[in-house]
Amino acid sequence: MSRTTIRIWYLIHKWSSLIPTAFLLMLCVSGLPLIFHDEIDAAMGFDTEKSLSGVASSEGGLPLDTMLDRALAERPGEVPLFMAFSQDSPLLTVTTGPAPDAASGDMHLQFLDRVTGEALGPAPVNPLLDFLLQLHTDMFLGLPGMLFLGVMGISFIVALISGTVLYAPFMRRLRFGTLRTRRSLRVKRLDRHNFLGIVTLVWALVVGATGAINAFADPLTDAWRNGEIAEMTAAYASSQPLAPADYGSIDKAMAAAQDALPGRNPQFIGFPGGSWSSGHHYAIFFQGDRPVTEHLLTPALVDAATGELTDARTMPAINQALMMSKPLHFGDYGGLPLKILWALLTLATIWVLWTGIFLWLRRRGGEIDRRVDEIALGARKEMRA
Amino acid sequence: MSHRTRHRQSTATVFRWPIAIGVASIAGLVLGLTGDGARDLLAWILVGIAPAVIFAALVRRTSR
Repeated sequence: MSRTTIRIWYLIHKWSSLIPTAFLLMLCVSGLPLIFHDEIDAAMGFDTEKSLSGVASSEGGLPLDTMLDRALAERPGEVPLFMAFSQDSPLLTVTTGPAPDAASGDMHLQFLDRVTGEALGPAPVNPLLDFLLQLHTDMFLGLPGMLFLGVMGISFIVALISGTVLYAPFMRRLRFGTLRTRRSLRVKRLDRHNFLGIVTLVWALVVGATGAINAFADPLTDAWRNGEIAEMTAAYASSQPLAPADYGSIDKAMAAAQDALPGRNPQFIGFPGGSWSSGHHYAIFFQGDRPVTEHLLTPALVDAATGELTDARTMPAINQALMMSKPLHFGDYGGLPLKILWALLTLATIWVLWTGIFLWLRRRGGEIDRRVDEIALGARKEMRA
Repeated sequence: MSHRTRHRQSTATVFRWPIAIGVASIAGLVLGLTGDGARDLLAWILVGIAPAVIFAALVRRTSR
C-alpha cells in the first residue's frame, strides 16, 4: 500500500470516527441498560405478563370483538389504532387515539387479559427505560433525530472499514494480539485501540448496520404503505377511507386471514387509516412459522367492512431486512448469556472509542506524516513516540 | 516470545485470526436467530470467542 493510499485511508478513518464519536459514546452508554430491559422491568415491577396465566393471546381466549369493546369502553370517543398480541401470555395491548391517523404522541396504550377479559389499565411506562430509549432512538428530536443518528451509524461503518484497511500495513511486523505496554502511553493506547477494534469488528459492523437500518424504519414503513399496500388495495384507491363506525368484526377478519396464512400466530393488527394499513383494511401481521422466520412478519389485508381477504403478501426485501435487524441490534434473542456478551462487546466498543479520542487529543501539530510512516512501515522501526 | 515477526507478513497472515474470530461471531449471531436450546448454547460459545480473546490478551499483558 502506497503512502498516498495510507494517507487517504488515515484521513477517512480520522474524520468518519471523530464526527460521530460523541454520539456513538452516548449510544453505547444508553444502549447498555437497554440490553437488559426485560430484567430491569421485572426488577422494577413493570412486568405485567408474569402475573397473567393461561393461553397466549396470539392463540386464543375471548373473542377479539369483545376485547375491543372492553378497551373502547375505557376510552370513550376514541378509535382503535392497533391491537398487539403476546406469544407467551394472555396479555393483549390495544392502542387507541382521537383519529385513525393519530400521531404517536396522542396514542393511548392499554393492557387487557384475553382469558378473563379484564381491562388492566394503561400500559405502564418505566420512566428510566423510556428516557434511555428515547435518547437512544432520536435524542427527543423525533424523525430528524432518528435520521441524524442513522447517518452517524453509517459514518461508524465507514470508520470500521477504514480502520480495518489501516490495520493491515500497521500489523505487517506485529503478531496478532500484540499489546506493547512498556513503550509510551500512546503506543499502549494505539495497540489496544487496534486490537479491541479488530476483535470486535464483525459484531460492531452488525450492530452498527442494523442500528442504521432501524433509524430509517419510519421512511421504510411509509414507502411500503405507499408502494406495496397501495398496489394490493388498488381496487379501493378511489373510495373514501372507512369510518370507524363502519368497522366490521375483527374475529371474522382474523378467521379469513388465518385461512390464507394457516399455522401462524398474529403479532399485531393495524387498523384502517394508520401508518401500518390502508384506509379500508385491517392489516393483520403474522409471524413466520419457524424460528428463523419468527421475526419476519407477513401482512394479510382484510376488508374491514366485509371481513373478506383482499391480499396477503410477504413484505419487500428492505422491510424484511428492517425486521431482521431489530433482534440483531437489540441482542435479546438468545437469553441472558447473549445479553451479557452484548454488554461486554459494548464495553469493548466504548474502550475503542475512548482510546480513539485520546489518540486524537494527544496528537501534536504537523505529525500526520509521522502517523502515516508508522502505519506504512508496519510499526517496523522502534519509533520514538 | 517477541511481539515482532522476523519477516513481513502477508495480508492473509495479518488477517488470519481476525477473520477466524469474525466468522465465529457472525455464525453465532445467525445461529442464535434460527432456534433455541442447543443453537443458543452454540451461539453463546461462538459470540463469546471475541470477548474471551480480549480477556486473554489483557491478562497475558498484565501478568508480564
